[in-house]
Amino acid sequence: MRLLPYGDRGLLVELDDTASVVALADLVRAHPAAADLLADVVPGARTVLVVARPGVPRDRLRSVVPTGSVVAERSGRHRRTVRGDTAGEVVIPVVYDGPDLAAVASLTGLGEREVVAAHTGTPWRVAFGGFAPGFAYLVGGDPRLRVPRRSEPRTGVPAGSVGLAGEFSGVYPRASPGGWQLIGRTDLPLWDLDRDPPALLTAGATVRFEAAR
Amino acid sequence: MTALLVRAVGGPCLVQDAGRPGYAAIGVGASGAADRASYALGERLLGNADGAAAVEVVLGGLEVEATGVVWACVTGAPVPLDVDGRPEPTGAVLALQPGQRLRLGVPPSGLRSYLGVRGGFGVPPLLASRSRDTLSGLGPAPLAAGDLLPVGRDVAGEMLVDAVPPAAYDDRPVLRVVRGPRDDWVDAADRLVEQVWRVGAASDRVGLRLEGEPLTPAPARGELPSEGALRGAIQVPPGGAPVVFGPDHPVTGGYPVIGVVADADTDRLAQLRPGEQVQFRWAQ
Repeated sequence: MRLLPYGDRGLLVELDDTASVVALADLVRAHPAAADLLADVVPGARTVLVVARPGVPRDRLRSVVPTGSVVAERSGRHRRTVRGDTAGEVVIPVVYDGPDLAAVASLTGLGEREVVAAHTGTPWRVAFGGFAPGFAYLVGGDPRLRVPRRSEPRTGVPAGSVGLAGEFSGVYPRASPGGWQLIGRTDLPLWDLDRDPPALLTAGATVRFEAAR
Repeated sequence: MTALLVRAVGGPCLVQDAGRPGYAAIGVGASGAADRASYALGERLLGNADGAAAVEVVLGGLEVEATGVVWACVTGAPVPLDVDGRPEPTGAVLALQPGQRLRLGVPPSGLRSYLGVRGGFGVPPLLASRSRDTLSGLGPAPLAAGDLLPVGRDVAGEMLVDAVPPAAYDDRPVLRVVRGPRDDWVDAADRLVEQVWRVGAASDRVGLRLEGEPLTPAPARGELPSEGALRGAIQVPPGGAPVVFGPDHPVTGGYPVIGVVADADTDRLAQLRPGEQVQFRWAQ
């Protein structure tokens, strides 16, 4: 774990893997001084950016960052929880007919049906958001599904598209450009301003994909 | 209901307040007034509660008509102001009578002015803020002629100060930058502070594009996994032309951030016009 300055009101915490990112972000949010000191906690793929409220000096942010061993213990517990926890999980029904399904099959050496089985067979977990409102980066899926992003991003990806990129899976909440490999689509609204919070997938939530027809 | 009726707009006019920090984990950025100090000054003069909504006006051109008695104040870029043709100063609280029109001309310096009213604008909030986020399209739509802006009730106290001196902006400001976190992802990061940069035409609330001698990515660094971002972050894409994030920056970015403009200096960034020059120096 490494702490890097990010301007005069941010501290960037570098971690080994996304499981540690999720664990550290949870621990920082739960710190008793978080409400007084922090404006936001921004998890990324390997980092957590801790942002001070106006007027709070950056040095005080160190007090809300737990030690590496506390993070390691917590992230180990997260991995076990993802395997076993089915209460409170979000189930996303997916029609697996995405334009990149065949490409993913050939990249992974799996058949198309095996790709679907792998995507639905392992629970995922929301690691962080960031690309657009309601977009969640999901981790913890079947490692055989790790594929690179498309070399040419699409200028238009339809809302509800289910994609893969690196260690992540995700669902596009609304139409946008995008470079992920698209394997299917869902009708479930990922972003609804009449809901509180408007995002269906929030940090830490467990997600299971289900083949729909 | 007392309101301001929008008669004409020039540059983009957006409802902004103190922003919506705290929602990065669901992909929503902080947004809010680009020049927070100018926005907050106007709100203080009007005796408004924290977080009341104002209108951020780019390069003047806004004309509004009061439907009742409205106390108004314009801060930030020092636009020539008039009420039914009578000149008025910026930084002063003005009483608009029903039917009177307030017009904002083009400022001689600076870019963004803030039109506040006592009570703030009572448009519906979203995730605890009335800010327009131009990147994600959240919040009130940009103003158009014919819009009715209701005056709200976000009042905290009396109006104790009548006027403050108008703002003025220096040529080629020198802004402080905290080095890192990824300054080793370009060769010779010091070249950021050793040259004069020009503000590119494509600059907006998402980012200020800097034109000059491009920086050189360090060899064999590969791809940076996406990480959290803040306003003031100076991101360097592979082409080497830096982008300084504004209030509507993405929640996470995929290019290295070689330095972050000191938080207080990001308000000055918000007043830079395309074509103007800016310099940076490393903060201690």
